[in-house]
Amino acid sequence: MTLFDLFKRRGSAPVARERLQVLLAYERKNRGQPDLVAILREEIMAVIAKHVQVGHDDVQIAMERGDTMSTLEIDVHIPNGGLIAA
Amino acid sequence: MGKVVVVTSGKGGVGKTTSTAALGAALAQTGKRVALVDFDVGLRNLDLIMGAERRVVFDLVNVTQGVAKLSQALIRDKRVDTLFLLPASQTRDKDALTEEGVAEVIGALREKFDYVFCDSPAGIERGAQLAMRHADEAVIVTNPEVSSVRDSDRIIGLLDSRTLKAERGETVNKHVLVTRFDAARAARGEMLSINDVLEILSTPLLGIIPENQGVLRASNVGSPVTLSEPTNAAARAYLDAAKRLEGEDLPVVLPFHRQGLFDRLFGRRAA
Repeated sequence: MTLFDLFKRRGSAPVARERLQVLLAYERKNRGQPDLVAILREEIMAVIAKHVQVGHDDVQIAMERGDTMSTLEIDVHIPNGGLIAA
Repeated sequence: MGKVVVVTSGKGGVGKTTSTAALGAALAQTGKRVALVDFDVGLRNLDLIMGAERRVVFDLVNVTQGVAKLSQALIRDKRVDTLFLLPASQTRDKDALTEEGVAEVIGALREKFDYVFCDSPAGIERGAQLAMRHADEAVIVTNPEVSSVRDSDRIIGLLDSRTLKAERGETVNKHVLVTRFDAARAARGEMLSINDVLEILSTPLLGIIPENQGVLRASNVGSPVTLSEPTNAAARAYLDAAKRLEGEDLPVVLPFHRQGLFDRLFGRRAA
């Protein structure tokens, strides 16, 4: 933070406004749509389960929404010896 | 035929019940016949805010189940004789209210009253959807705070899809009522401004109720603030909002904010 920022500081309302605008734009677009993360999780789980013995808790799926791009992070913990011969 | 007005918000604790009581009483005082219906099954509170908690004999569920007649269950206000209350039931069975039962009661109330206010429970589930089902108008109570605005947006979505009007291809007339507004904090940029809220929700404004100690005083004594302290700033804002609900074209003025020398010098920079 520079000295200039100190004088520029205008309270937290503009931050609230911007967060809401981004969030609501997303929520309105997806209203009534099935939950994408839940669907991906189920389908990815099914694919992994075909080849690896993993429990539901061994797969972490995280989504980070950005303004122009989103990332989907899939973290699979494969126990040693859990591979199933195809 | 009376108008059905749902008072709703999604989020709890933003002032639905307070606003139902204040707006209903304000309209009843002008001679309109007004019924206030508490839809918060299990957690009734409108009776308490109206000061009628010791007079509840029958409730909404009793009427829908045919245990009591509507005329038996309606409680006439002791202060304004055109104001009536239909309390919620305290049953824990949240399915006690049926779609058909509600339709019948609202239909009967519409015949007898000029305004039927439905005080919605918080949330977006069945109870909230039943409360808005028959609405012609909706008052969306919103605090200038992110979670309240987000929930109001969800509720607006439901009003546009789950109401009878929406299903018939008509629209519920929606109005935003901003409550607990602090003009000084908004001026300093510490609170969402009225324009922020309206722009985000793109819904017209019914009124701005300033944060005011009189509101708690009124609920302490069991009286709508518009009856107990009609000259209070919050009460005046409710009285104006009631006139707008009646269709009067009354400009909304920002609640008065006394700006001291300190505010003027440092207000903008304080965070």
